[in-house]
Amino acid sequence: MVLVYAEATNGQFKKMAHEVVVYGKKTADVLGTECHALVLGDATGAEDLARFGAGKVHRVSSPNLEKFDAAVYTVAIAEVAKKLGATVIVLSHNSTGKSITGRLAARLEAGSVPGANAVPMMKDGYFTVRKPVFSGKAFAEVQVLTDVKVISVAGNSIPVEELGQAGASVESLDITVPESRTKVVKHQVATGRVPLPEAELVVSGGRGLKGPENWGVVEDLADALGATTACSRPVADSDWRPHHEHVGQTGVAIRPNLYIAAGISGAIQHLAGVNNSKTIVVINKDADAPFFKAADYGVVGDLFEVLPRLTEAVKRYRGQ
Amino acid sequence: MKLLVCVSKTPETTTKIQLTGDGSDIDTTGVQYIMNPYDEWYALVRALELKEAAGGSVTILNVGPADNDSVIRKGLAIGADDAVRIDVSEEKDSLYTARQIAEYARGENHDIIFFGKETISYNGSEVGAMVAEFLDLPYIAEAIALEIEGTKATVTRDIEGGEEVIELQTPFALSSAKGLAEQRIPNMRGIMMAKRKPLNVIQPTDFPDTTRIAHYDKPEEKGSVKLIDPDNMDELVRLLHEEAKVI
Repeated sequence: MVLVYAEATNGQFKKMAHEVVVYGKKTADVLGTECHALVLGDATGAEDLARFGAGKVHRVSSPNLEKFDAAVYTVAIAEVAKKLGATVIVLSHNSTGKSITGRLAARLEAGSVPGANAVPMMKDGYFTVRKPVFSGKAFAEVQVLTDVKVISVAGNSIPVEELGQAGASVESLDITVPESRTKVVKHQVATGRVPLPEAELVVSGGRGLKGPENWGVVEDLADALGATTACSRPVADSDWRPHHEHVGQTGVAIRPNLYIAAGISGAIQHLAGVNNSKTIVVINKDADAPFFKAADYGVVGDLFEVLPRLTEAVKRYRGQ
Repeated sequence: MKLLVCVSKTPETTTKIQLTGDGSDIDTTGVQYIMNPYDEWYALVRALELKEAAGGSVTILNVGPADNDSVIRKGLAIGADDAVRIDVSEEKDSLYTARQIAEYARGENHDIIFFGKETISYNGSEVGAMVAEFLDLPYIAEAIALEIEGTKATVTRDIEGGEEVIELQTPFALSSAKGLAEQRIPNMRGIMMAKRKPLNVIQPTDFPDTTRIAHYDKPEEKGSVKLIDPDNMDELVRLLHEEAKVI
């Protein structure tokens, strides 16, 4: 059985939760088994996870799950996996997944694949999972040799589709959850835009913007597209933009459908964080900027003229 | 404070990754190696700052072959007191590495065990979490700030689109992200002193492999860029809709 940990954010299931359930269902199909989803704590819409392929939805409730703690969540997921006899456990490769995938693998003595970007396959008789390595400069096919396997799935790896019917019953499981040894005293998330790792459309600015006061042209385009804003390392280092917007090797690695880079030259460390994007548009007044070599579409021009024109063109297209 | 910093060796950040002819391995010809940047710039430097403020010791731990000693010596030159290398010559998976670290650290009573948020080679981001589980320690991933007062720690970590502040008691483990500290360049005195600092080599414990990389391949090369007239952004929008199908 494939067990998917579907994470709720502020009591709601978002795209990443649906994505891992779809991933779990497709994995279960490869293995000829069932896919179940696991929900920890209170969240609305758990029964809806069936729509994305969960044959059953399990819930563990405990006051000890109200705030996130990697050790506590690991125990809860591991105990459910053992109780239900799960052989594959699937999570999101987000900040939660990065906190617990390793713990879970250690606790279950399971081989793990963190940051998978494709559904597992049986190849040469082995359960094999693909993942990007060297910050996206290559891909590895990883054979998992243990009976129990743990996989975390990189955001935007597979399309979300409806593989089942809504309205599964949500069954409560009685699991003893230990008390946390950590205390979350502040949890602050920027509202309004989709978080970068989940964003399908991203507009990013670099040093070519010349200063934080000029970011309006980037934000206007992002608003017209419904995109998330990002920036290059020098921009974050200069505190023009918040640190969590920095994409690249030392920042966030993203894989949106569309990445629009304005005023970013395209150093190899920046490319490492964005080169798994499906389509890349580069806007730069320097025709020799290395980023053009990695781009699908390029505009050689002054971004302060090009971005507002592109924003207007998007609005015309969207009929706004 | 007794601090342990676990470090990896990775290809230098601008390395162009080449594969062997059959894709079974990375072609390491001409590859320059460095200490994994998250381990060096953030984990090691923050550990040194804490030691400088409150006293104690900083030990570097690496699991790898004798080739790694130059990278370890750099860590000693930056300021660590001593180092331990668990002598493993083959490439091994995360769980194997974590088991070696846990075997070494169990009973050593470190106050904090530092890791980088991931290696820039295999992008696993899981060894720290595994070690924390084996040693039954709390674990904070992707820490961007860490303050200590006695045994009480306040850690800020990156989360999607924001941050979270956590209070906990030592001992614990954490992984280090940008913001935790500023890179330090070793000076000549540090480099000279590093040669005399202890680097103890110990033998690994036997553990089975749990994963194995069977094959590598590289992303498809992009075709040449399609240039759009900067005065015709309607054309770009049309292409993004009709050709790329992304809007």
